Amino acid sequence: MTEQRTAQATASQERLDGNLVDVRDLSVSFMTDAGPIKAIDGIDFVIPKRTVVGVVGESGSGKSVTARSIIKLLPETATTAGAIYLTARDDGDGVDVLTMSGEQLRKVRGGRAAMVFQEPNAVLNPVFTIGWQIEEGLRAHGMTGKKQLRAKSVEILEKVGIPDAATRVDYYPHQFSGGQKQRIVIAMALVLNPGLILADEPTTALDVTVQAEILDLLRLARDEFGASVLIITHNMGVVADIADQVVVMYRGHVVEQGNVEQIFYHPTADYTKRLLAAVPRIGEKLVVHAADGHIVERGVDWRAEPVVVRAKDLTITYPGRLMQPDFKAVDGVDFEIHGSEVLGLVGESGSGKSTTGRAIAGLQKVSGGSLEVLGVQMNGVRERAFKSKRAEIGFVFQDPGSSFDPLMTILENVAEPLIVHGVYRTPTAAQKEVGRLLEMVQLPKAYMNRFPHELSGGQRQRASLARALALKPKLLIADEPTSALDVSVQAKVLELFKTLQVEIGFACLFITHDLAVVDMLADRIMVMHKGHIVEHGDANTIMRHPKDPYTRKLLASLPVPDPREQRAHREELRRILKQEAG
Amino acid sequence: MSESNETTVGVPGDTRLEHLQISKPEARWRKLPIVRDLRIAVGWQKAMLVVGLVITAFFVLVAIFAPLIAPYGYAQIKSADGVAFPTQAPPSREHIWGTTVGGFDVFSRTVWGARTAVIAIVVAVLLSIFAGVFLGLVSGYFGGWVDRVLVVVADAVYSFPSLLLAILMAIMISGGQSSLWGGILASGISITVVYIPQYFRTIRAEVIRIKDSAYVESAKVVGASTWRIMTKHLLKNSTRTLPVILTLNSSEAILTLAGLGFLGFGIEPTAAAEWGYDLNRSVADVTAGIWWTAVFPGLAIVLIVLGITLIGESLNDLADPRLRARKSAGEVVGSIEDTSVDPTERPNSDEPVVEEFMTSQDPQIAVVSRDVPDESRGVINDD
Repeated sequence: MTEQRTAQATASQERLDGNLVDVRDLSVSFMTDAGPIKAIDGIDFVIPKRTVVGVVGESGSGKSVTARSIIKLLPETATTAGAIYLTARDDGDGVDVLTMSGEQLRKVRGGRAAMVFQEPNAVLNPVFTIGWQIEEGLRAHGMTGKKQLRAKSVEILEKVGIPDAATRVDYYPHQFSGGQKQRIVIAMALVLNPGLILADEPTTALDVTVQAEILDLLRLARDEFGASVLIITHNMGVVADIADQVVVMYRGHVVEQGNVEQIFYHPTADYTKRLLAAVPRIGEKLVVHAADGHIVERGVDWRAEPVVVRAKDLTITYPGRLMQPDFKAVDGVDFEIHGSEVLGLVGESGSGKSTTGRAIAGLQKVSGGSLEVLGVQMNGVRERAFKSKRAEIGFVFQDPGSSFDPLMTILENVAEPLIVHGVYRTPTAAQKEVGRLLEMVQLPKAYMNRFPHELSGGQRQRASLARALALKPKLLIADEPTSALDVSVQAKVLELFKTLQVEIGFACLFITHDLAVVDMLADRIMVMHKGHIVEHGDANTIMRHPKDPYTRKLLASLPVPDPREQRAHREELRRILKQEAG
Repeated sequence: MSESNETTVGVPGDTRLEHLQISKPEARWRKLPIVRDLRIAVGWQKAMLVVGLVITAFFVLVAIFAPLIAPYGYAQIKSADGVAFPTQAPPSREHIWGTTVGGFDVFSRTVWGARTAVIAIVVAVLLSIFAGVFLGLVSGYFGGWVDRVLVVVADAVYSFPSLLLAILMAIMISGGQSSLWGGILASGISITVVYIPQYFRTIRAEVIRIKDSAYVESAKVVGASTWRIMTKHLLKNSTRTLPVILTLNSSEAILTLAGLGFLGFGIEPTAAAEWGYDLNRSVADVTAGIWWTAVFPGLAIVLIVLGITLIGESLNDLADPRLRARKSAGEVVGSIEDTSVDPTERPNSDEPVVEEFMTSQDPQIAVVSRDVPDESRGVINDD
């Protein structure tokens, strides 16, 4: 340690052997109310020139902190040790970023390394035109001259694929779609021609079809602009699609680093192996082994079971603002859910899939058509008539962070349905039953005295499942139950889900945007697009032989967690897109 | 649950391992607003809070023990043997802070005044908090025209000067010159009317924020009644910012009471001691070089307002993780956050005691807690 300090003091300039960034023995810790927490513990890795380096790992493994350290974008409570040498793209001498401050750091940020964040809406300032925002970076790095600035912004917008850039440079952020906004953010990063682009989950907030375009754009940044890209993601498909090098992080350590083929085909670290095994892939049905070794399988045939939900020409509209027409979220949809069947509902954001689920649970008013849930007509239903049926419906929410009342213990939260429906009078009386429920979802009984924030995301989602199943419902609606979870946690929750479905035999509407997850679980799949059901049928048929062009595009956009296969897959997508265009 | 017995590892009779507690079940009182804030505060924020608490506690104690502390009554102008007090006498052994133009003992009046001030605070806060919170809940949760009407009314009331309202109340309640309760109610009610909108606004904003959160929807799906949702989920979760407004309003209550007294609409000196009234009577003294009649009641007003405001301001800062100061670690220390759900996935799961840190998803709360290790590893025996 002392050796390194002296080395650092004598030479903050360092030869990097052609690498752009050299991270050496980096440690970062944060001061929190409960004492210091180490986020990164002595990591080393390099970013070569003109390469895409993918950093993968669970949430909390230190991925984002690593990226932010490279431009020293850390909060005041952070303390760092080690060194990060960062070179400009054309000279070989690196400077230690961690020792910089003020003016120097400002030059490095944007000039040598630029950052692209997860949520483009939060990055773009809504009250300035996008042209102004792109120019801001140029002005900050000493470029003046109105015409020159404007020409430069238009040029970069054209390069990132914003159509009609010369007029749209004067548009405001809200006039662009989510994918276009992310393109603009990438344009802001590229305009200063930095050697390194740090992309922190750049596609997580976007739909798969848009994700494919953004990944193409980042590839362009490498090939045409000659920049290196550090891409942080938890999605192994994205890594397989874009990365040349992969860094696997776990609990603040780098467990493995290598080129993408080596990581995917010959992983050495146990953690990498486990991570890859947990990634859901299309065509892999979920097989769960019970404790005694035999495969958990449903006994009944769902096709013979009675229908629990029947929708006919179901329409749900949101009233428009003043002078604007109503928005039809769900537009004339027909479907049925049989008892003990798992129906997968797939679609991108805004397709109306969540609205459909909420309508079945009575959270959303039905505006037209007919929706029969457990024999009750939901169009014009009164809460009093539906209340008794609520005991037979369970709902699992997407965000495990907010689905529990933060001021109530897990016991009180899980016991809520039991109390509301008069099975028990107080949470204390329900203690035994809640303990049994927690054991059913594989949580220790002692957890019932904890508060929700004391549980991790996966644990909370299990508890959420326990609450939804407390009254042994006939119907469970799961609205993206695993999308906020890490892959390894997701795999465990899905296994649990399957086991319980077999055991209890509830019918399930499984809403998700992840085709691979739905393929693992569902008997039948419905694909929704802009409020319509575009395809509807047996899970295997839809996944193997999609008929609708939208389904085909959706399937082709989904990156496969296998670099070689993904290359072929990408060509397939290009072909479909070309077909679509002309 | 026999959990409290199981939380220590060690041999009975051996005290050396007692500090190795796996979890310290937090006592309820340690989670109360001010107590909790006092524990997490550091540096100047802690100093501010402590100073505020000390000053406020001092005044509360003075108010409670006023009969024991004050040598004379608040309206006393004669000593026990019937001799009248001197008027405008400078501080002496009999009257340590001197006497006023009316022959009152300044020290006794100031001490008794604390009692009036504290009662005024309690009345003002009690009157406004219930109505404000209730209206905020209803307005925020139901929305629609109820919400619109209430917001407009609240805005209208908010724009009304509180002192003017207080004068109006004082005249209505007791025709201007009033008794102890008349004066307190006048200031209390005027404060109430003006501050209901404040509580209303804060609670309404919080309710609107949380009413679409998954746990409220989850209660709806379960079939919980509106009353249950409002009292069980919304009420408790929306009162986070109340301590701050509460303290700031308390100081405002005192200033209004003092303002009323100073303008001559306060409490009769024979009904209760009141600092504003004393200040008013001492205006003429100041030019005559008689300082003691003005300084002490004035100082009392400044100090109590300062104390309460300090508490309020530091609570405000501490409630926001972005404003909250933390000690700097100085060097890279600390254990690594445990992110795995499954104990078998932990790389060092054979360690006897693993401390688990988990941060809440909500950056607004950002609570970090020290956790009990998994029961599955046999540390805790549940039954």
